[in-house]
Amino acid sequence: MSKHNATPTIDTRRSALGRARGLGAAKTGSAHWWAERLTSVALLPLVLYFIVSVLVLKGADHAVMAAYMAEPWNTVLYIALIAALFYHLDMGMQVVIEDYVRTDSTRIITLLVVKAGIAILALASLISVLKLAFS
Amino acid sequence: MKDVREALMVGRNSEGKLVRRPVSPFMLGSAYRFQTSSLTSIMHRITGVALGAGTLIFTAWLVSAAAGDSAFSVVQAILGSWIGIIILFGFSLALFYHFCNGIRHLAWDSGKGFELPAMHRSGALVFAATIVLTLAFWAVAFLVG
Repeated sequence: MSKHNATPTIDTRRSALGRARGLGAAKTGSAHWWAERLTSVALLPLVLYFIVSVLVLKGADHAVMAAYMAEPWNTVLYIALIAALFYHLDMGMQVVIEDYVRTDSTRIITLLVVKAGIAILALASLISVLKLAFS
Repeated sequence: MKDVREALMVGRNSEGKLVRRPVSPFMLGSAYRFQTSSLTSIMHRITGVALGAGTLIFTAWLVSAAAGDSAFSVVQAILGSWIGIIILFGFSLALFYHFCNGIRHLAWDSGKGFELPAMHRSGALVFAATIVLTLAFWAVAFLVG
């Protein structure tokens, strides 16, 4: 921590303007921000639906669960929930990791591992709902 | 300091002295006093990450149902056990907090509720709503069936 407490000095040869010009916005920040809000708005009704469905399926046996997921509206709403949920999670985790993991190599590896994990969970959930819906 | 990106993290304080800008993980305690704004903010992140871990349960529930009767009854039994209920209680608490505080964030995004009294009021409202919704959910869960 002593490194962080020491009074810093700048001795790069670039001017302040040069530094500002050299590292501008990546031009894709607003798309990420907007998609995060969009999925959060979509998740408001979808999460309420999910909470109701959890109460309906409390203690359900396999036959009840399979019949529930085979109802077209339930299939559609679960797929919509899975898509919005995991997309939102992916973007949220990315922001958290980018904020807290400072070393480039560690950050990139953490991002790839977490994003791969989220993608696998999303696919597994999606395929499971589809399998219940079509069998 | 020779790295250009690091140099961008340097600013001037009100006395015009060069200081290292505080960066995300080192803000609370040093640069910011713990208060409603910082508490609700860090809790939004903590509950978000916790819900991310909770998707493991969500996926396990769906995958076991797709796998068949025996796998699903094992998962349902674990979720219905005392340990399962404690984990699901924590999950529901995190979900309702993130849900309510998420609405608060969307209100801020539309430019509403930035004044300090309004922000403190909405923060307290989020905590109250989280507790009420969680208790209501579990009351219904125990009353149904």
